[in-house]
Amino acid sequence: MTDAALPHAAVDTAAPAKRDFGLKRRHAAEFRFRLYGIVAIVIGLGFLAILLVSIVSKGYTAFVQTSITVPVEFSASIIDKDNERATNPRVLVSANYPIVARNAVAKALGVSIDDKAAMRDIAKFVSDGSRSTLREIVLADPSVIGTTRNVTLLAAADIDSANKGQIDLTVPQDKRKVSDQQVAWLDQLKQQGAISTPFNWGLLTFGASSRPETAGLGVALVGSLYMMAIVLLCALPIGVAASIYLEEFAKKNRFTDFIEVNINNLAAVPSIVYGLLGLAVFINFFGMPRSAPIVGGLVLTLMTLPTIIIATRAALRAVPPSIRSAALGIGASRMQMVFDHVLPLATPGILTGTIIGLARALGETAPLLLIGMVAFVADRPTSPLDPATALPVQIYMWANEAERAFVERTQGAVLVLLIFLALMNIAAILLRRRFERRW
Amino acid sequence: MASLNEHIVSSYEDELTNLNKAISEMGGMVEQAITESAVALLKLDHKQAQDVRLFDKKIDDMQQRINDAAVSIIARRQPMAADLRMVVTSIQVANDLERTGDMAKQLAKRAMQIESLGLAPKFYNGVKHMKELVARQLKSAIDAYLSRDAAAAVEVCSRDDEVDAMYNSLFRELLTYMMEDPRNITQCTHLLFCTKSLERVGDHATNIAEAAYYLETGRHLGAEEQQRQPR
Amino acid sequence: MSLESAATTAAPVARPNAPPKMQGDKVGVFYGEKQALFDVDLKIEQFNVTSLIGPSGCGKSTFLRSLNRMNDTIDGCRVVGKITLDKDDIYDPSIDVVELRARVGMVFQKPNPFPKSIYENVAYGPKIHGIARNKADLDEIVHSSLRRAGLWNEVKDRLNEPGTGLSGGQQQRLCIARAIATKPEVLLMDEPCSALDPIATAVIEELIDELRENFTIVIVTHSMQQAARVSQKTAFFHLGKLIEEGKTEDIFTNPRNKQTQDYITGRIG
Repeated sequence: MTDAALPHAAVDTAAPAKRDFGLKRRHAAEFRFRLYGIVAIVIGLGFLAILLVSIVSKGYTAFVQTSITVPVEFSASIIDKDNERATNPRVLVSANYPIVARNAVAKALGVSIDDKAAMRDIAKFVSDGSRSTLREIVLADPSVIGTTRNVTLLAAADIDSANKGQIDLTVPQDKRKVSDQQVAWLDQLKQQGAISTPFNWGLLTFGASSRPETAGLGVALVGSLYMMAIVLLCALPIGVAASIYLEEFAKKNRFTDFIEVNINNLAAVPSIVYGLLGLAVFINFFGMPRSAPIVGGLVLTLMTLPTIIIATRAALRAVPPSIRSAALGIGASRMQMVFDHVLPLATPGILTGTIIGLARALGETAPLLLIGMVAFVADRPTSPLDPATALPVQIYMWANEAERAFVERTQGAVLVLLIFLALMNIAAILLRRRFERRW
Repeated sequence: MASLNEHIVSSYEDELTNLNKAISEMGGMVEQAITESAVALLKLDHKQAQDVRLFDKKIDDMQQRINDAAVSIIARRQPMAADLRMVVTSIQVANDLERTGDMAKQLAKRAMQIESLGLAPKFYNGVKHMKELVARQLKSAIDAYLSRDAAAAVEVCSRDDEVDAMYNSLFRELLTYMMEDPRNITQCTHLLFCTKSLERVGDHATNIAEAAYYLETGRHLGAEEQQRQPR
Repeated sequence: MSLESAATTAAPVARPNAPPKMQGDKVGVFYGEKQALFDVDLKIEQFNVTSLIGPSGCGKSTFLRSLNRMNDTIDGCRVVGKITLDKDDIYDPSIDVVELRARVGMVFQKPNPFPKSIYENVAYGPKIHGIARNKADLDEIVHSSLRRAGLWNEVKDRLNEPGTGLSGGQQQRLCIARAIATKPEVLLMDEPCSALDPIATAVIEELIDELRENFTIVIVTHSMQQAARVSQKTAFFHLGKLIEEGKTEDIFTNPRNKQTQDYITGRIG
């Protein structure tokens, strides 16, 4: 039978009626949603930008410090007039270095040493910290006595502020911190090229001080470092071990549910409650030293523990059960299954959780206030048992000071804290990327 | 929703049913061919003989179609257990039926060859009885296969002895006729061959019965089973 | 060549009267209050492949898992009855389940190599069970396991690459190599080919046939054709009960039980 041309049924040549898939409405809805998303992001980023700009604009000046570089005559008559340095080294320590500094500046300005009024003003020109600067030089090399060297001295806080243009010079002299005379001297020294604004390493190394120009975050940084170390050493093992037990070994019953609920609650408890706990238990009951990083570290450990436990549990749960079955099927014991297979795969998640917990602990202030880490500590602590403060607490303390220079330092400290937090979060992301393995 | 005895996939169920129907149809065709060829032989009807010979082509086609269908089912459906046995035995049965059809064609050819000679009743009576017996065997075997009746299949097999006995006696009878009168030799020789063909048909019927038994029980009909059944 | 060998590629290699390697007596399994397996009596013959077939949820995987006590890892799962390995009751409290699993290995449905190197994957079992005395021993075990699993030629140059970088079929063969590295006596396979393409499936079926010479194998499969191809003995489960078991050819050409017949011909789900 051939394929005879069959008569076609009358084909409907008109195109089929266009079906309405609601495209217009759906595209419009999607467009609107995207718009909302972008607006939300813009608002969020906008607020973030405003915050950053306000902090940076007020704080960036804290990173430079006005300094005066003048030739200093290490006059033997002032430092060691009886020439006792060989027999009595203490004489070098207690010498009258402020006078030496003052004389040097006076000489550079062309002011007579005998002008008592002027000398008093000059005394306020140079920072009191210059005493220790000069002392360090002499103690390091006593042969410098009798010579003249160029030394960089810190300017006093008010001069520093004036140099940075933070003082309103239109206000009458008696309502200002700096006198016209001091302003004139400042300009004179500037023309001589004696004024410089090097990077303010002191911000990061000095301890607490009532004078802004010699105040720094050194103690706070060390205190925070000790506390982070304690948190890491204590919270990480305990948290991970507890989590492994709860997730892999404990039977699933009402009791473990109860524990899980409570851990979640603990993660939400306000940090100040941990401070009260630390005060009552560690300081009052155990008698640990107040203001010591060890107490702060233990309090923060308690606070970070729930976070780490929760993060570890999530990381453990994310490991597919097929890996566990495979390990058990081959005859691994539960311990071997967890430590050889599950834990390595959960490590990125655990690390991320830990670093996030640490970052949060770094920024906590309230509990530390309660356990007394608000002390004025000038010397860097040598062990976790020595009194210290923490970075956020230091910010709090400086924020309470009225001086202009402290305002700028507060913002500068905030910047330091933010940079640290950013670094920690970046470290978390990098670590996670590095250890992530696909299964 | 498929009932318990039907395939979940209805197209598969249909294929198996159609295969069965094809066997049934072919069986009917072959029975018809045997009957008509016997008539052609005994009445020496030339036209009938022609028709039978032409009809054989249809029987052959039928066998090929059944074969193809069976192979297709095996390839596409991977039948198991009873379905598998059904498909495999349908190939065997179709083959036996086709050979039976050929036997019918043989009878028709012989009929056309002895047409001119005529056939005396005393010669063909024996053949007629033989044909009736064999036709009954064939029908019983095919029915046993289609209805999956193992007992009936066993009976058919045991009856094969009867067929053999009748063949032997007919053989001797025709020899006697040939020895009596040499003029009978031509017809009787032809009739001998016809008897042989009918005996072969009986064997094929037995084969079909054995296939029916295997289909139903999954076992082969051993010699003991045949003996055990009463005649 | 005789026709018989074609029909019985799957002839049992063990002596006809050898005792069964594993045996289940009135085995029942409960998930909490719900009973999933009822009174299963089944013998697993040594050096044979026994396949467990049945519709979804019929209990075949449950039974398989109880043979190496993997059901212990499921909360609320309880096994009653007796399962013996070489006449020792494996649920006896004195039996260490870790040792049991070294003697009764398992291959899972979805290939699950450890996210370690290929070498480490295979070496892990022997290491933790102390089967290898030194590094040379370990190398030898890894080499022979991979060769036995038909994977050696494909991976011999990249033993330090991650096991997860192989194709699906290769991963499953790696899992098989890993399982046989602990020199088990019995190998349990839970639908090992269901995630693989037909060629990979055929490779593994060939592998099962070779492994049969040294291991007793129990395989759960959804594919009846696969059960028909690889096993010598088949057990049909339905709704938690063992309905029929016997030689594979018999089950697939002439089953005794109507339910079995209906299932394998596709008449019930």
